[in-house]
Amino acid sequence: MAVSGEAGTGPGADAHCTSCGRPAADCAGCARTLDPPHYCATCGTRLAVRVSPGGWVGRCKHHGEVARS
Amino acid sequence: MSDTLQPVSISPRPGLAKASRPPLAADVARKAIRAAEVALLDERRMLTADELAELAHVPDSAVPSLAALAHEVRLSWCGPEVEVEGILSAKTGGCPEDCHFCSQSAAFDTPVKATPFLDTEEVLAAARETAELGASEFCIVLAVRGPDERTMGRILELVPLVKAETGLNVAVSAGILTADQAQRLGEGGVHRYNHNLETAASFFPRVVTTHDYAERLETCELVRANGMELCCGALLGMGESVDQRLELIEQLRSVEPAEVPLNFLNPRPGTPLGEAPIVEALEAIRWIAMFRLGLPSVILRYAGGREITLRELQIMGMTSGINALIVGNYLTTLGRTPDEDLQMLDDLKMPIGVLGKVI
Repeated sequence: MAVSGEAGTGPGADAHCTSCGRPAADCAGCARTLDPPHYCATCGTRLAVRVSPGGWVGRCKHHGEVARS
Repeated sequence: MSDTLQPVSISPRPGLAKASRPPLAADVARKAIRAAEVALLDERRMLTADELAELAHVPDSAVPSLAALAHEVRLSWCGPEVEVEGILSAKTGGCPEDCHFCSQSAAFDTPVKATPFLDTEEVLAAARETAELGASEFCIVLAVRGPDERTMGRILELVPLVKAETGLNVAVSAGILTADQAQRLGEGGVHRYNHNLETAASFFPRVVTTHDYAERLETCELVRANGMELCCGALLGMGESVDQRLELIEQLRSVEPAEVPLNFLNPRPGTPLGEAPIVEALEAIRWIAMFRLGLPSVILRYAGGREITLRELQIMGMTSGINALIVGNYLTTLGRTPDEDLQMLDDLKMPIGVLGKVI
């Protein structure tokens, strides 16, 4: 389940692109299919991402766990 | 306008390794492949450097024949089993080394955030995931130049725990080792230690400046001297030439690895190689076959970059000399789903097994 900012989504309803962290309006979509999100969709802060063989979890220091698969 | 059919380019031409000579003529290529077949399957001898160089220059149209031979060689020298492994980045980013392909180097501004060593339960959870996927090997990977004493303590704590809880063989990748560290890891139950050469000695200074090739070779030697299997891999697509790929095969032969993980560059944003072209799919098949023909008895593992490089040809790689794969995700990037890989092995009737010298 992806809570938010699923890999490959890029900017959309979220405020920030989850691949580059820029405001969504400034990014034409730079997400790569096989990358987990690296930035918080809400605030654009870089995420601590733990990738394991079966999934991944992204944590924002401001918003806690924001993405998971 | 000519009415002859012309090739149509449907995407930018991916990078091809620079060759020092033109492709062989079709009949010469056919003879070279036949000669290699006799050497590897009938005489059961390793190919010479000159024989390998000849094969590296067969034309694109002969690559499927080269791959078919590599598959036969794999079956003959290694058997039908495929080894499945899961890997975990247990300490991510912040690495002081400047490997130009790596998003975990502190030298480059990449999206990967440095995080400390995972806690024990997180590592065990990832190991359990790996075991549930039918794997036999689990590799704990740390983004460090080499392990400090605290890191050594964590590794030596984790290895027996993972083994006891999951039954998996445990591999470790923690950079450059001292003799004392190698001995302690060997005694501590590390089954296999990963330390890649990555590329040829002649190209290495172009991609790493914070340590040299000799340091890598020394660690490889220490691994084997202390009873661990050596996992020593390659990364293709960094701008090396055909001759340098051949040089790498010779260097890998000299360190006698049990396993060679074969990676293809997945250009990482923010790294010096972030805009490098990806390896062309048929080129990747050619080099999978070449590594098998040059290293007939090793565990040749599909590793990072295969999804973007090979795309629909991933199944062809499995019949070009590969006999192991990393299942699921990689260290900081995602793989295709484990189900897709396991279905591929099932479709190919390739049994999952345990490979290597020590089980």
